[in-house]
Amino acid sequence: MTLLEVDGLQVSYKLPGRGTLRAVDGVSFDLEPRQVLGLVGESGCGKSTLAKAVCGLVPTSGGSIAFNGAPIGKLGLRKRDPRLMRIQMVFQNPFASLNPRRTIGSQIEDGLRVNPDRDAWNVADLLEHVEMDPASRTRYPHQFSGGQRQRVAIARAIAAGPELLIGDEPIASLDASLQARIAILMRNLALETGAALLFISHDLSVVRVIADDVAVMNAGRIVERGPVDRVWTAPQEPYTQRLLAAIPVADGMGRLPGAA
Amino acid sequence: MTITKGTTVTETAPTTGGVAISGLTLGFGRGEARKEILRGIDLVIPAGEITGLAGESGSGKTMTGLAVCGLLPAGADLGGSIRFDGTELIGLSQRRMNRYRGAKIAMIFQDPTASLHPMLTIEAQLIDHYRYHRGASKRAARTRALEMLGLVAVPDPRAALRKYPHQFSGGQLQRIAIASALMCEPSVLIADEPTTALDVTVQAGILRLLRRLCDELGIAIVLVTHDLGVMSALADTIAVMRMGEIVEHGDRHQVITAPQHPYTKSLIDALPETDTGSLLHDASGSETAA
Repeated sequence: MTLLEVDGLQVSYKLPGRGTLRAVDGVSFDLEPRQVLGLVGESGCGKSTLAKAVCGLVPTSGGSIAFNGAPIGKLGLRKRDPRLMRIQMVFQNPFASLNPRRTIGSQIEDGLRVNPDRDAWNVADLLEHVEMDPASRTRYPHQFSGGQRQRVAIARAIAAGPELLIGDEPIASLDASLQARIAILMRNLALETGAALLFISHDLSVVRVIADDVAVMNAGRIVERGPVDRVWTAPQEPYTQRLLAAIPVADGMGRLPGAA
Repeated sequence: MTITKGTTVTETAPTTGGVAISGLTLGFGRGEARKEILRGIDLVIPAGEITGLAGESGSGKTMTGLAVCGLLPAGADLGGSIRFDGTELIGLSQRRMNRYRGAKIAMIFQDPTASLHPMLTIEAQLIDHYRYHRGASKRAARTRALEMLGLVAVPDPRAALRKYPHQFSGGQLQRIAIASALMCEPSVLIADEPTTALDVTVQAGILRLLRRLCDELGIAIVLVTHDLGVMSALADTIAVMRMGEIVEHGDRHQVITAPQHPYTKSLIDALPETDTGSLLHDASGSETAA
């Protein structure tokens, strides 16, 4: 059965003054269990808005999102349908997504409490899986680097036993040489725990490494989707071709990629 | 490999404007708690060339850049020599270093939203250091700022001067940060991951800009990046760093296509995108991660 089905989704924002911006403009795609989908596009193309809509964090203005057949509505103050807690998100900025006044251990326990399989994990296991010292559970977020905090955020998301893990630019604020490592860690952990991964990034080369399928977004629409290797070697849409042509190739020739 | 402060440098002096680093060591702490960050770096950074520093997180590439700018964190124990234009930079007083930093030696960083002050106008951030270093009038400084914004191709420079950083996209902000770095006509520009936060299409524009600045103004550029694609597009020579040492330094084409050191080889082998270029590997895609 299809895990996530997005059909004709529209999300609009009111602009200051008058007018609206249609950030997501009729997007349809689906995601199978244990599939890793990379969503790429330039800043402002609507990819983060799409991720937020899938989590119920922004109201939609048209179309539908179904997770395991159940519709996803806007997240409100009421208790969330436990079925929808099988969607977990890792945000871009681990400095903002962790509570600075609680230990990382207790924040990971929050995730464990909503996991239907109560004995699946414990905090020490999870910290080990994200390559951190289990003894660090009693420490606070400010005692860690950005990369370590993002590992904690990943551990907390995995603790909840998600069927769908969403990463919204989860590596963009990290030290450049760490980015690929954290992305690979997310893929491996998602697959190991049986979750699908929707990985949103502007970094095409990282998506290429970790995704099975890639969807290319431009101006609120998905312009092309296919297996990563096919899209890379034979992009069909002019936009995708232009985007890929802008990636500098490590061939030692000193060729500057085409400017936009 | 450890040369202490004050050792005479026998290395050939670089052409005017460049930097010669020799026997550079850097450590933090004392006794058993001491951590060695740089273990004897020798590097000549010539004017009119782009020198790439490659390597993984923690290899010391950023620290090498910061050492040249005199921006190392407190407690840094620096040894060896960094010569710029006939002057030894190591051991200079902060006051004397201020004459160089931001003026003769400028830098740009990964995140332009962090390097520009959110509550100051672009004008203030472009002209303050220029007036400090040059003693120029506000009017002259503004003229220079307009010229630099034009050079880095920020649209409508006049309007841009009155705006604040949040009113620009990341790519435009990086252009503005570069304009700010160029205000005092630096002969050395340290660019630490200058395009990592940007979209590839925007990155392409910034790479072209840096190349043009190097060719037209004869600036010595140090490009610090982990991205070998960016390195291959922009750097003239590539120095590969590992655990505080340069394991290999050579012509861009040689380092990428015929790496000598096993570590460089392993870096090149780990590239996912090589099949689109030099056909070193066929498409392995997601298998790399599996």
